[in-house]
Amino acid sequence: MMLLASLLTEPIGVSHYMVVGAVLFTCGVICMATKRNALGVLMGIELVLNGANVNLVALGSPYLRGSEGSLGLDGQLMAMFVIVLAAAEAAVALAIALNFYNSLGSIDIDRADDLKG
Amino acid sequence: MTPESLLPLLLGIAWLLPLASFAMLWIGFSLPFLAGKRPGYGVQKGAAYIAIGAIGSSFVLSLISLIIWLAYHPIAADAHGHAGSIAYSGDFYSWISIGDLHLTIGYYIDALTVAMFTVVTLISTCVHVYSMGYMHEELHDVTDHEVATHGGEFLHRAGRYHRFYQYLSLFSFSMLGLLIAGSLGMVFMFWELVGICSYFLIGFYFERRSASNAANKAFIVNRVGDFGMLIGLMALWSSLGTLQFGDTPAEQGMFSKLRPAAHHHELAPAAMVGESATHESPAHEMANESAHADSEESSEGQPGYLLLFVGGVGIFCGCVGKSAQFPLHTWLPDAMEGPTPVSALVHSATMVAAGVYLVGRCYPIFVPEALLVIATVGAITLFLAATVAITAYDIKRVLAFSTISQLGYMMLALGLGGWLAGLFHLVTHAFFKSLLFLCSGSVIHAVHTNDMRQMGGLRHKMPWTAYTMLVGCLAIIGAGFPMWGWGLSGYFSKDSIIEQAWSFSIASPSPTYSLLLWLPLISAAITACYMFRLWYMTFTGEPANIEKYEHAHESPRSMVAPLVLLATLAVVAGWSIPFTGGLSLPAVLEQARPAGTLETTSGHWLTGLTIPDEHMSHAPEIKEPAGWAAFGCALGGLLLATMTYVWRWLRAEEVQDSFAPIHRLLSNGWWFDQIYDWMFVKTALLKSKFFAGIDRYVIDPLANGIARTLTVLAKLLDRVVDRGAVDGSLNGLASQTWNLGNSLHRLQTGRLRQYVLFLVLGTLGLFVAASLCWKYALAG
Repeated sequence: MMLLASLLTEPIGVSHYMVVGAVLFTCGVICMATKRNALGVLMGIELVLNGANVNLVALGSPYLRGSEGSLGLDGQLMAMFVIVLAAAEAAVALAIALNFYNSLGSIDIDRADDLKG
Repeated sequence: MTPESLLPLLLGIAWLLPLASFAMLWIGFSLPFLAGKRPGYGVQKGAAYIAIGAIGSSFVLSLISLIIWLAYHPIAADAHGHAGSIAYSGDFYSWISIGDLHLTIGYYIDALTVAMFTVVTLISTCVHVYSMGYMHEELHDVTDHEVATHGGEFLHRAGRYHRFYQYLSLFSFSMLGLLIAGSLGMVFMFWELVGICSYFLIGFYFERRSASNAANKAFIVNRVGDFGMLIGLMALWSSLGTLQFGDTPAEQGMFSKLRPAAHHHELAPAAMVGESATHESPAHEMANESAHADSEESSEGQPGYLLLFVGGVGIFCGCVGKSAQFPLHTWLPDAMEGPTPVSALVHSATMVAAGVYLVGRCYPIFVPEALLVIATVGAITLFLAATVAITAYDIKRVLAFSTISQLGYMMLALGLGGWLAGLFHLVTHAFFKSLLFLCSGSVIHAVHTNDMRQMGGLRHKMPWTAYTMLVGCLAIIGAGFPMWGWGLSGYFSKDSIIEQAWSFSIASPSPTYSLLLWLPLISAAITACYMFRLWYMTFTGEPANIEKYEHAHESPRSMVAPLVLLATLAVVAGWSIPFTGGLSLPAVLEQARPAGTLETTSGHWLTGLTIPDEHMSHAPEIKEPAGWAAFGCALGGLLLATMTYVWRWLRAEEVQDSFAPIHRLLSNGWWFDQIYDWMFVKTALLKSKFFAGIDRYVIDPLANGIARTLTVLAKLLDRVVDRGAVDGSLNGLASQTWNLGNSLHRLQTGRLRQYVLFLVLGTLGLFVAASLCWKYALAG
């Protein structure tokens, strides 16, 4: 709490972005864990990925950490990769969801337990 | 050329010719035979010609040697051997030389060697020629009616003509080698060769069980004697350092060491001690000299005397085996299983003669007590064998026991100091015994049986055989006229033995020693009795078996010719040749008399024992009564046989019945075979049974027990360790893994949301754990 409280008094820095990222991440996770709709789960995944992207960009930015602590453009590049992969993943996941719907007539993922042990 | 270089050459060639014949027959006949290519039977006849050619040439060479010998060493009227014998010795070939041990193929040639060479090659030639007729059956395939095969038929086998001649050649070679041998080591080598040849020949019909048993028996019994001989050889070699008979340029021989010329050829047992001292003391020269100096006063008190006794008796042991003396005589009757010509050769000139010859050859080394042993054994043998011969019905067994008996006479004569008498009898006996055997072979050839009860009246059918055999019988009983001093060969040699025994009983007057006179006299009567019993039963009277009588016929010329030759020799061998200045067989042998053996000697341990000088037996007061006694005994035996078998005053069966126990004792050969069976065979079997019992009931259970315990232990280990520990742990691990898998599969719910939750919780958990560990790691 003391840590979070001290954030309010400090100028905007990496920590703030990371808090935002963490919030996004947590929201995404909760969304994935609670949504029964497959598209909702996909949205949760997007949130998680973008939470991570925020962290990557924040950690990679020289404006936020100073040039000595910078990782150069690495963070941004990773974020670009993640975005690209997320797009591809979303396309694949949508295809899965369509097939899922075609076979079961619904996109409730709780019904997808054919692989249980 | 001097005889010194000529004689070894001639006799050496005569000796090697039979070996060459043996080798030729082996390469030419036996090798192809082994390879399965049997030479044609026409070709096999060639084997006989090769062997006869070889032994015949040997005979010619020996005869030439004898003539050369006589030409260079004429018989002097009074050459009574006082100067010692003339002998040539040397080496053909040095075989082994290690330290003090020199084994050479050497020669020792004296009149005895030359005479024996002539006799042996002559008889061997006769036997070779005779065998051409006798063994002709072996030229074809033979059906042996005494051997039944498993199929119930008689054995049918290939003839072994060539093999017979091969063995005969080797036999002759061995005997000649024994005669020419220059040292006791070489004698022993050929001694064993003679033994193995007799083994081959006695076992010639080896498919017959009896024949192979007889061959084994001859061989094994001889080994017993040879064991004693080895002890004797060791005693002599270790103490004298040499086994050479004569002197060679390199070293002094046994004879001159034991009987140094400086001491008038008297036996010097100190020499034995002197030589053994050389191995201990560096100053052996001095020791030797002092020993020689001492020998004047106390030579017989030395331990050398005992060694000499042991050496002499040991060598005699070998002779007991070879010459079938008591108690090793049992092999000779069994040796009749060989073909009859072999019996003739074994019994006259080769095997059994070897023993007597060796005693004669080694005569200088015998101390009086050893001579007494020889005489005693000879006396027992001659009596024992004669009594057995009188009950035998097998014609060859009669002759076999007769041989044993006659060999006993020779040993007796040698033991009583009659060196010449013994060897003279050896030669004359060789002639008439081979004659008798060949005659019996001729009879067997005609009637195909050995049993005299199946014969009778055969003189009408085979006159040559009958009358030559009659000559042999007369010769062996010593027929002659003491008044005129005329007789057959056996008369001279046997009378000289009786004379020597008579002379001995005068020189050593003691009731025990007088047995050595009475036994030969009684046995002379028995000899006459059984020989004429044999002749009457075979050739006179009515034919006992008409069928066999009708079948009988005179033998072929190749068999009769040797008979006639041998019969002639059996008559004249004892005579001196007129117009040659007393040239006769004993005169020739006398030239070989070892130096110093013509003295009257007394025993050292047995002081009552006196071995008389042999010439003393020629004194008229001994010669005449002894001659008449021998004549009377022989005549008595002859009359007894005539009464029983011609005039039929006595019926043999009745006599047999009234003396049934004695007859049983005699016809079983004094139970010797049974005694040996009981003493040696049975005890050996008993012992082996005992040890087999230990094996079976102690060692086997022990081993089995150990094995069983080990099995149980192994099973236990298997169950506990292998099954329990090893298998169990592995199985346990497997089932644990299985259970784990089973329990873990419930986690696989297939619910995606749950998975996400787990992922998050897991990550968080990891994060917490890692940060905690991180913190502590940093702190540490």
